[in-house]
Amino acid sequence: MLKSIFTFLAASVLLVSTANAETVKLALIDPLSGAMAGAGQPALSHMQFEAERLNAKGGLNGNKIEIVGYDNKVNPQESLVQLQKAIDDGVRYIVQGNGSSVASALISAVDKHNRRNPGKEVLFLNYAAVDPAFTNERCTFWHFRFDANADMKMNAITSWMADRKDIKKVYLINQDYSFGHAVSEAAREMLKEKRPDIEVVGNDFHPLGKVKDFTPYVSKIKASGADAVITGNWGQDITLLVKAAADYGLQAPFLTYYGASSGVVTQTGDKGVDRIYQINEYYGDFDDPEMAKRQVAMYKEKGWDFYYLRLSTMMEMLKKATDQAKSIDPVKVAFTLEDLSMDTPTGEVTMRKSDHQIQLPLFMSVMKGDMKYGAEGTDYNFHKIAEISREDVSLPTTCEMRRPKQ
Amino acid sequence: MLEVIIFSLLNGILYGLLLFMLSSGLTLIFSMMGVLNFAHASFYMLGAYFAYSLGMHIGFWPSLILAPILVAVVGALVERFGLRRVHVNGHVAELLFTFGLAYVIDEVVRLIWGTVPVAYMAPASLQQPLFNLFGVEYSMFRGVAMLIAILMFVALWFLLKKTRVGMMIRAALTHGEMVGHLGHNVPRLFMCVFGFGCALAGLAGVIGGPLLTTEPGMAATLGPIVFVVVVVGGMGSLPGAFYASLLIGLLQTFFVAIDASIGDILNGIGMNVDPYGEVTGITLANLAPMTPFILLVLILIFRPRGLMGELEP
Repeated sequence: MLKSIFTFLAASVLLVSTANAETVKLALIDPLSGAMAGAGQPALSHMQFEAERLNAKGGLNGNKIEIVGYDNKVNPQESLVQLQKAIDDGVRYIVQGNGSSVASALISAVDKHNRRNPGKEVLFLNYAAVDPAFTNERCTFWHFRFDANADMKMNAITSWMADRKDIKKVYLINQDYSFGHAVSEAAREMLKEKRPDIEVVGNDFHPLGKVKDFTPYVSKIKASGADAVITGNWGQDITLLVKAAADYGLQAPFLTYYGASSGVVTQTGDKGVDRIYQINEYYGDFDDPEMAKRQVAMYKEKGWDFYYLRLSTMMEMLKKATDQAKSIDPVKVAFTLEDLSMDTPTGEVTMRKSDHQIQLPLFMSVMKGDMKYGAEGTDYNFHKIAEISREDVSLPTTCEMRRPKQ
Repeated sequence: MLEVIIFSLLNGILYGLLLFMLSSGLTLIFSMMGVLNFAHASFYMLGAYFAYSLGMHIGFWPSLILAPILVAVVGALVERFGLRRVHVNGHVAELLFTFGLAYVIDEVVRLIWGTVPVAYMAPASLQQPLFNLFGVEYSMFRGVAMLIAILMFVALWFLLKKTRVGMMIRAALTHGEMVGHLGHNVPRLFMCVFGFGCALAGLAGVIGGPLLTTEPGMAATLGPIVFVVVVVGGMGSLPGAFYASLLIGLLQTFFVAIDASIGDILNGIGMNVDPYGEVTGITLANLAPMTPFILLVLILIFRPRGLMGELEP
């Protein structure tokens, strides 16, 4: 009897240890509760959905992917606690996106960890924190950004605006932290260059995730006579902003970074049509049949739309890098990721070696009704109206990368 | 400029009335128990979630009535089986009890409705514009919300000042034992008042849910401001809470609307400072979310009993 128990225990210990050796944990450190959970939860679901698909295709160099969520409540201090927890759990790949304030703290912490723990390096895969500094003056070898940074997105928006002669007055409204200020600064600089005739009639900053009622801001926008609004708001801040604008019948179009965030379509409905624009790496037409299939399957399985194409790109590139390096060791994978190119449904993307900033085409889309693949169970989604090529999106970098010895 | 003023005024009043709906119940409960109910904003959140869930089956209007009643029942049960037992151990125990209750309600809401905001929206019929001013639409729902708040204020005033029940409540607040000796069931009265206060918070939730957002953090964001209202208005004073709510509502909206920085104002009154400095460059709009707390500090320093509070006996 005792012997059989022992063999059972030994067998289960063996099972557990082999199971551990075969999984690569990707830790998502993002807001999974609270006001900004609407940005973090769909990302977690997206990664889980894609992990299942990639695992069926052999995972990362034959190792299964496991997605683990760590709730940071968009708080930099809390994120560091979660990072430590993830590292203690044996995670070597950190994924984060919501909040450049958080990314900034994580970059420093990961850098410090990797300096002090050679052989136990951790990689930081950033899918949405777009403060340009991270791939310029603050670039590090351990950080890879799979989203266009704020300047690149503004570059694309302003290029698109260059032909829109009906826009003469622009209002800027952004969140009051590094990212919001970066958006505002880029907008003013690039508009001056590409459309010197445009007047910036307002430049507001509001606290991140704290404003529940945007109507005072909207009446200010209305009074300014702006005929377009540029905003980098994300999470609840974009949903409530466009909702307040819709309530007020504000006619000016919103040129947004994250207009298709969860909740926007449901909250604005008809009033958002032709008013909310988004610059992003994807759009809601799903003209690629494979993408359309994933959108339908993911909404059915997870209850979230297939919104974060960049997360899919990130995980596919990670797969390509691990397969090529024949290893899941973060240092080797990092070196392979440099200058790695990959075909995606929207064209070829490359992880630029000099600053670890992905180079990719962007799309301007606008909210429409009667779409074939509606978002959030409605028939509204974002229809592609312009493609901005990879070359036109790209910007030079000031990064001077220090690489570890190979 | 005029349109900014008018709309800020409308928005400020609406926000102020919403704050009052919340703080009136809190102030009522405070004057009864002598203890601040930390879980009050949680009942507001429950109101919003109940209305959202009920609304899916029976529509908005019936849930406008039913949701607050449900909240009242929850509140009454909390008083009957929680607070009344804790009461024996004194005020600190009661305070801690409501403090813990707030956390419990928060977590329960997360468990049942999830951590992400729910799509609780005003009915389509109320999303039409009520009137059009300067090319800006003012939605019907905002008008209705304002109307409900005003009706509630009138009804509350009538109930407390003009009816027998109101007389009993007012008497029980100050002379509880005497009312008991006269043959009234004071504990039951207290339970009803607690439930009623919670219902007011629930009603605020039914209206505040679509106006702001219905999410698990909504209690935590509004909770502190409601306490500020009660302190600024004067502990236990209903008219005080009313004025304080409007004051805070208007302050917050106007601060957002005014395009000026601290430096501009200081320069305006003749002090010569750099308008783009670290501190002087902060705009009033940035300060808006802080205004209730600045007001709280100022009131506590210069008029500790609040706007209309009674002097300490």
